[in-house]
Amino acid sequence: MAAAVPHTIINNYEYTQYFPADQVKEVVDKVGVFERRFADEKTCSSDLCFAAAEKLLTDNQIDRSEIDVLIFVSQTPDYRMPATSILLQERLKLPQTTLAFDMNLGCSAYLYGLSTVYALMQQQGLRKALLLDGETRSKVYSPKDRRTAFIFGDAGTATLIERNERFGESYFSLNSDGSREDLIKINAGGYRNPSTAETLKEKVVDEYGNIRSEEQGYMKGGDVFNFVIREIPSDIQHILAYSGTDKDQLDYIIFHQANTFINTYLAKKLKLDTAKIPSTIEKYGNTSSVSVPLTIVSELKDKLNGDNAILLSAFGVGMTWASAVVNFNDCKISDIVEV
Amino acid sequence: MEEKFLTDLKEVFEIEDREINMDDKFREYPEWSSLAYLSIIAMLDEAYDFQIEEADFKKLITVRDLYTAANKK
Repeated sequence: MAAAVPHTIINNYEYTQYFPADQVKEVVDKVGVFERRFADEKTCSSDLCFAAAEKLLTDNQIDRSEIDVLIFVSQTPDYRMPATSILLQERLKLPQTTLAFDMNLGCSAYLYGLSTVYALMQQQGLRKALLLDGETRSKVYSPKDRRTAFIFGDAGTATLIERNERFGESYFSLNSDGSREDLIKINAGGYRNPSTAETLKEKVVDEYGNIRSEEQGYMKGGDVFNFVIREIPSDIQHILAYSGTDKDQLDYIIFHQANTFINTYLAKKLKLDTAKIPSTIEKYGNTSSVSVPLTIVSELKDKLNGDNAILLSAFGVGMTWASAVVNFNDCKISDIVEV
Repeated sequence: MEEKFLTDLKEVFEIEDREINMDDKFREYPEWSSLAYLSIIAMLDEAYDFQIEEADFKKLITVRDLYTAANKK
């Protein structure tokens, strides 16, 4: 595994151009995001993934002709078409025989991607798969909407998966609920509500004076937290029971880095050993689907020798949510690259 | 029970300098914020195993409303 982050560091306590410093401090203390990385105008999710993939392929001396699958997970692609995965096939000099496609999902998507790769790799003919997961959420949300302005950051990761009996079994629980589509959303700019001068206009959207356009994302934090309370603990208990794993058998637990408040709640609710729960929310913020693999690369380098039972859990826009118990066996992790 | 609820709620709001009462309108506390709201629903879930949607929460005005809802089950 490998990861790349933009070199520009945003210090959240100093992110005060639109809000007074005391308000900023209160929000930042609560969500626990002290720093994040912002990609510049010219840098896309695919550029971060490309850098991470090059690092991974070089460090592990991977023969590119053996990569049969490339999945690019993102909701911030280069273009509406073609799919960014196809552009990455060319940039990474992978063979034309590579099966490549994009996966458009939010924060839970790394687990969806991993599960899809595992399912594809059940076929004997496929040798190695490259799962790229990148987001530039800093470009999605309004810096003038305090409900989202201090949370999101940018990053890209690369995960190489190959088939071998010694990796043992892994278990996934993947869920979706479209009735909660309005909890996190960008309302305009697609084909349902096409882009117009009006949808690009910044507006005051609530009684607190938050400002955004219809083409910027919004999040109903309270309802998202309610959703987490209702769905996530039970889904984690479900996957632990289904996989026959006792929580004490877990080596590490990787939560989606939504905010510190939610992850503290989950750990307490499920009575999990916090020493097993690495966190990167403080330095990278919420990087959407990238947060799970980024946390592994950042915090578990040189720690995944032998067998490691890792619980992964993530949730987000859709809503979708996923839990998994995955065996990481001798997982090699590269140093994080700055772009 | 009421006493414990008041203690729990004071902790959530981080109120240390005064007492609070069952008939207080909690949104009028200077400590009230959208972040305090998250803390309250977390407390209601943890201590009372009670979950509430935002639309229903908006109908609760006083501390007593909160207490009654949490103990209704």
